Amino acid sequence: MWERIRVVIRKEFLQTLRNPRTRVMLIVPPIMQLLIFGFAANLDIENARIAFQDGDCTPESRDLRARFDASPYFEVTYDIDRESDVQRLLDKGEVLAVVRVLPGYSKRPAVQVLVDGTNSNNASIVSGYANRLVAGNVSFAETRVWFNPELKSRYYFIPGVVMNILTIITMMLTGLALVREREIGTMEQLLVSPLRPVELILGKTLPFVVIGFFQFYLILIAARLVFQVPFRGSLLLLTFAAALYLLTTLGSGVLISTISKTQQQAVLTTFLYFMPVFMFSGFTFPVRNMPDAVRWVAMINPQHYFIDILRGVFLKGSGFDALWQPMLALAVIGTVLLGASVLRFRKTLE
Amino acid sequence: MKLQRLNAVLRKELLHIMRDPRSLALALMMPVLLLVLFSFALSLDVDHIPTLIYDQDQTPASRELIAKFRGSPYFSIDGYVSSYQEIDKAIDRGTILLAVVIQRDFKSVQLLLDGTDSNTASIARSYAESVVTRQRPRVEVRTRVWYNSSLESKNFIVPGLISVILMIIAALLTSLTIAREWETGTLEQLLSTPLRSNEFILGKLGAFCVLGVLDAIIAIVTAVFVFHIPFRGSLPFLGLATGVFLIGAFSWGLFLSSISETQLQAFQMGMLSSFLPAFLLSGFIYAIENMPVPIQIVSYLFPSRYFIAILKATFLKGLGFPELWTQLLALIVYAVAVSTLAMRRTRTKVA
Repeated sequence: MWERIRVVIRKEFLQTLRNPRTRVMLIVPPIMQLLIFGFAANLDIENARIAFQDGDCTPESRDLRARFDASPYFEVTYDIDRESDVQRLLDKGEVLAVVRVLPGYSKRPAVQVLVDGTNSNNASIVSGYANRLVAGNVSFAETRVWFNPELKSRYYFIPGVVMNILTIITMMLTGLALVREREIGTMEQLLVSPLRPVELILGKTLPFVVIGFFQFYLILIAARLVFQVPFRGSLLLLTFAAALYLLTTLGSGVLISTISKTQQQAVLTTFLYFMPVFMFSGFTFPVRNMPDAVRWVAMINPQHYFIDILRGVFLKGSGFDALWQPMLALAVIGTVLLGASVLRFRKTLE
Repeated sequence: MKLQRLNAVLRKELLHIMRDPRSLALALMMPVLLLVLFSFALSLDVDHIPTLIYDQDQTPASRELIAKFRGSPYFSIDGYVSSYQEIDKAIDRGTILLAVVIQRDFKSVQLLLDGTDSNTASIARSYAESVVTRQRPRVEVRTRVWYNSSLESKNFIVPGLISVILMIIAALLTSLTIAREWETGTLEQLLSTPLRSNEFILGKLGAFCVLGVLDAIIAIVTAVFVFHIPFRGSLPFLGLATGVFLIGAFSWGLFLSSISETQLQAFQMGMLSSFLPAFLLSGFIYAIENMPVPIQIVSYLFPSRYFIAILKATFLKGLGFPELWTQLLALIVYAVAVSTLAMRRTRTKVA
């Protein structure tokens, strides 16, 4: 049996690596994804452009303007003297907020902040910062942030990117590789060989496990080098969790291949599965915010567990004692998916 | 170029699309499904922040502060503790996001936050700080929010989502189509006919544009009538911009398809050059002005950036041609350039 599996694995590797372009495709896309995601997936506010409207013109109001200018969060790009400018600047998106110092500020301090709410997330962060700056002395409230003291969203996103890349590669490649044999007719040739279905699945998926792990480490190294994301936990533990996670992606890849006739159908189906799973994993949108029914569905979402493990290992340095529950969940989901896919695959062959 | 041959390709492609009802259904369901997912379930809004209270003071003043936290919709008090160890444990396990420690004699208030989710944490921090500082007000701050006064992330995400959906269709369908003919050998049959490359490309483009326009209509109607996203701008202008965007996006898919040898390659390139930029480098969720300058420059190369700016401005701000003509011009330039590129590339492949 192992002899025959070895042959299929060799055939798959040859098929994948023979073509120089596919060799490049194994290395360049994951790195590019990491760079795009890493640099772009950023919800932090720095140097938000604001306009300042000084209705008071006293030393106190000028002092407030200086405080906005000195803050790393803001950059005062306009000083407004005509009322119509407020509308124009916000309409064109030239500034994110307008800070209006009302007349009489030096006697009875009152400030109005107008915020562009188009990007609701930006808006609530900007208005929070502006309020804090205007209120001035907040030493009364002493804030300490754990695990990510600078509140860099990059640290939050990069572990998720690792998962995302691993998912796309292993799920899509396995699914498409199987459907492709069917579409161009080579599946029948494999069927007349003495290969058994289980051997065929193993031979077809194991190369992608190898490729998946290769890319996994590639992205981990790049994430450390390029983005300096802290890695506080154990690499061994993370590797083990990644292996469990791969069970689920390979399982769903094979499952999708059994219900698709053409690669186009496979791609569309994979995407229809991937989008909700990705959106409900907590990658960008916290699962905590979702309606109860959806949170319940998130309990069977493998990505949700894996992203928790990744963030725990990266940022919190969590060990097995804190993470055994999500790992167990991954193992269960993976076994079910892979088992179901093998059963279905056998049926489609007969 | 002959209209009759163009028409033949168009009919052939439409037949292909109709004969695969599953793909057609998936392509048409995608906008509705994604809109439903995004609108019902996804939100960056922060409320009911799970909070622990550690009151060392135990005076009327400290209880008054706790009552303020209790009364705020942004916090949900999960319990009271009497040691830092308990806070440690709860934050480690991720069951709470914020701990409020009121120190003896009300000297100061300590806010401890789990920063793993930096975005939620920074919003939670500013809410909590404003609750605490409101106890000792010095300056009156009044905040007003324009265009999306309830600060619902739904209003900000759904218009941009329309662009992402159309880009998914472009990346997934058009990028496969020529590669598929190449892989299964039907491209050679087409080459032996008098068909010219520009007829071939325009025919395919036309067929997919039919699908794209349908998707766009479904998406816009669902957004406005089902999810009540305010639409304040000019519909004809948005329609025009959508059409131009579709031509550019689908031409790029066809170009990728013509340079790929297999559908797998075409798909990977489509993901990398259409879908990811549409999702990440377009201002859809992540604001472009917060990105490093080189990435900002790169974002000008992708049409989604312009289209999302148009979508958000027409939906939420009610702007039209006078303010947005530069974005439309950019889309037109992109569409003309990329469709020419696709036709040229196919010509050299044919020869």
